[in-house]
Amino acid sequence: MVGIISFGCYIPKYRLKAEDIAKANGSSNDSFAGLGVTEKSVPGIDEDTITISTEAAKNALNAASIDPKQLGAIFIGSESHPYAVKPTGTVVAQAIGMGNNYMTADLQFACKAGTAGMQIIYAMVKSGLIEQGIAGGADTAQAAPGDALEYTAAAGGACFVIGKDPAVSINATLSFSSDTPDFWRRQHEKFPAHGGQFTGEPAYFHHITSAAKNLMGKAGTKPSDYTYAIFHQPNGKFPLLAASKLGFTESQIKLSLIVTKIGNTYSGSSLLGLCAVLEKAKRGDRIIMVSYGSGAGSDAFDMTVEKAIPVLKGHTIQDYIQDKIYIDYSRYLKFTGQI
Amino acid sequence: MTVPKTWRRIPELYNLQGTKCKSCSALFFPGREVCVKCGSISLEPYRFQGKGRVVTFTIIRSQISDPEGENIDIPAREIPYVLAIVELAEGPMLTCQIVDTPEKDVFIGKQVDMVFRKIVEKGKRGVIQYGYKFR
Repeated sequence: MVGIISFGCYIPKYRLKAEDIAKANGSSNDSFAGLGVTEKSVPGIDEDTITISTEAAKNALNAASIDPKQLGAIFIGSESHPYAVKPTGTVVAQAIGMGNNYMTADLQFACKAGTAGMQIIYAMVKSGLIEQGIAGGADTAQAAPGDALEYTAAAGGACFVIGKDPAVSINATLSFSSDTPDFWRRQHEKFPAHGGQFTGEPAYFHHITSAAKNLMGKAGTKPSDYTYAIFHQPNGKFPLLAASKLGFTESQIKLSLIVTKIGNTYSGSSLLGLCAVLEKAKRGDRIIMVSYGSGAGSDAFDMTVEKAIPVLKGHTIQDYIQDKIYIDYSRYLKFTGQI
Repeated sequence: MTVPKTWRRIPELYNLQGTKCKSCSALFFPGREVCVKCGSISLEPYRFQGKGRVVTFTIIRSQISDPEGENIDIPAREIPYVLAIVELAEGPMLTCQIVDTPEKDVFIGKQVDMVFRKIVEKGKRGVIQYGYKFR
């Protein structure tokens, strides 16, 4: 069996309220009411995808006392890698003490690059190329001032050590991909652009539901077989709708819905939802996770909890959600380098 | 800081790696080539755990000048920030920033843990230097 040995998450401490964003843009609170997000996490001035990934990776290692030199590969997925040329993976690997004998490359596939990394590590372990490795997704999401994305674009990330004899086995994984231009960022552009409502039905919903159906077809399962479901969380509304379309109940996805408290952490989004579930899951629980990355594609995972999952006290997702400092809009602009 | 110097300091900045004297077990951060306690030149790398306490601190409110005349994006944008001397649990002391903590909540004796952060970012073209801060 190959799957998740341990996990770790990290969410920056700063929060910006949606009502402050609306106020700065001369909008009413109705402008964000439908998103189901009331506040979002904001990275500190000195935080980026590398520092967030490092903290999450350290937490994953500490949770199960894993020797970082035993990790044969590291893949970090993000759409906000600090360098255009120079890998995030080598900085994180050095910071967590992996030594030099590891494989790495940075991944980019909008919000699903982190789950793509999990699939790569899973395949490498399953093929016998490495004994174990670490994959993660993290972002300091960008949004242009005044864009609807500004209400949700947040910061955070999670990392997973994947190997043999796991706490959570990955029974099956697959992807559903197509050339769908719903959201993109051109070279050298600071902020992404998107197709507005086009990001919904032909993009998010089509890929999430197709990947989930294909996975359940492959695994021979149905929605009621799962204790928990996790879908990518661009806002508080989409994952609920996706669940409903597929026949999952609200109680199956409720635990994973952290977007309402911290916003959309892009490559960290579905992975942080998985962290929230793993912190509560018990032996025998079956979990389905489906990410979504614009451009577009979904990675789906069918997982079973095999034994007690190590949870790092003081560094749980709930700890990070509750440990917060509110900032106003002008500080937010300063923190994110816009002034 | 030049690129080679930044690179040489990576184990110190990323991993809190100092040295331990093989003769008298004295610990040093940053690492030393010669033990100042017993004079031995036989020292080995030693990684500190990243736990400590605030010995003293100050608030930096004015922008630092850059001797190389380059545009330092960080820490200029961080002003005001807390600069402290932290005593590591193993003994040695270091100077570092205290982050994610309102000024009023920083006090002498406060227990702090290492976090990994951007230290210096020179404009949009330079290498980003990462390393330890505490919170």
